[in-house]
Amino acid sequence: MGKKIAYCAVLVALAMIFSYIEAVLPIHFGVPGIKLGLANLVAVTGFYYLHPGEVFLISLVRILLSALLFGNGLSLAYSLAGGIFSFLVMLGLKKIKGFSVVGVSIAGGVSHNIGQIAVAAWVVKNRAILYYLPALMVAGVVTGMLMGILSARILPVIRRGRT
Amino acid sequence: MKKKDIMLAAILLLVAFLLFLVLRPKDGAKGGQIQITVDGVLYGTYSLFEEREIRVEQERGVNLIYVRDGAAWMAQADCPDGYCIGQGKIREKGQSIVCLPHRLVVEVTEANGDMAEEGQQGFRPPDAVVH
Repeated sequence: MGKKIAYCAVLVALAMIFSYIEAVLPIHFGVPGIKLGLANLVAVTGFYYLHPGEVFLISLVRILLSALLFGNGLSLAYSLAGGIFSFLVMLGLKKIKGFSVVGVSIAGGVSHNIGQIAVAAWVVKNRAILYYLPALMVAGVVTGMLMGILSARILPVIRRGRT
Repeated sequence: MKKKDIMLAAILLLVAFLLFLVLRPKDGAKGGQIQITVDGVLYGTYSLFEEREIRVEQERGVNLIYVRDGAAWMAQADCPDGYCIGQGKIREKGQSIVCLPHRLVVEVTEANGDMAEEGQQGFRPPDAVVH
């Protein structure tokens, strides 16, 4: 049990480091909300070798800690919305036969962005932000695909390490 | 990557494209004015063709919007992330600049006849607080 907690904690730390790296990289798209989603790599990969409850916990703790340390109440709301929505979507999609990590990751990336933009529009009480939805969806597909391909490469290595 | 993955990506891209078609300005609607809302409440409406500096000051912070030659942009803001400044210039209907921490949105809307007045409607906080 202790070993599991420690392992999850390490993954939380890893996800936070990914977030940080992403924040430091000077890649700006001008549109609020477009990110590489590097931190999601941990969650997406996690779906394929961990219990879903563990994946949820890791994501939740990561979001809370990141917001606590680097963000504010506002960023917490966006991250939670995107994180929870994308978790549910990925969980559901994974159950459908025929989708690989890449498909799940794509769905996760898009739903994460949709969740965030929905909350942003609600917070600012203005629908103008929704004009960015098409761009965010495309970004979600592209980044989701990249992260998915990365996950697919990493998983065999992880699985080998666990046997 | 399996076939269903590619289909999913294709469908999502298609939906994004359709949304883009639906959401973008209709023909001829070139914009011509901007509307600034704070917390959903209209702060003011300004022509894009009158050079202006608009300073919006509220308890969350200050935003400075410049308008010149048919475009508007966020020149300065004291919000924690500064994303609004990086959003560049807007000039067409449908485009917007959002300052999330300050709940402020600048959006380009269609110029109709009735914005002749100097533009301050809704609440109008003081332009400057001097101590």
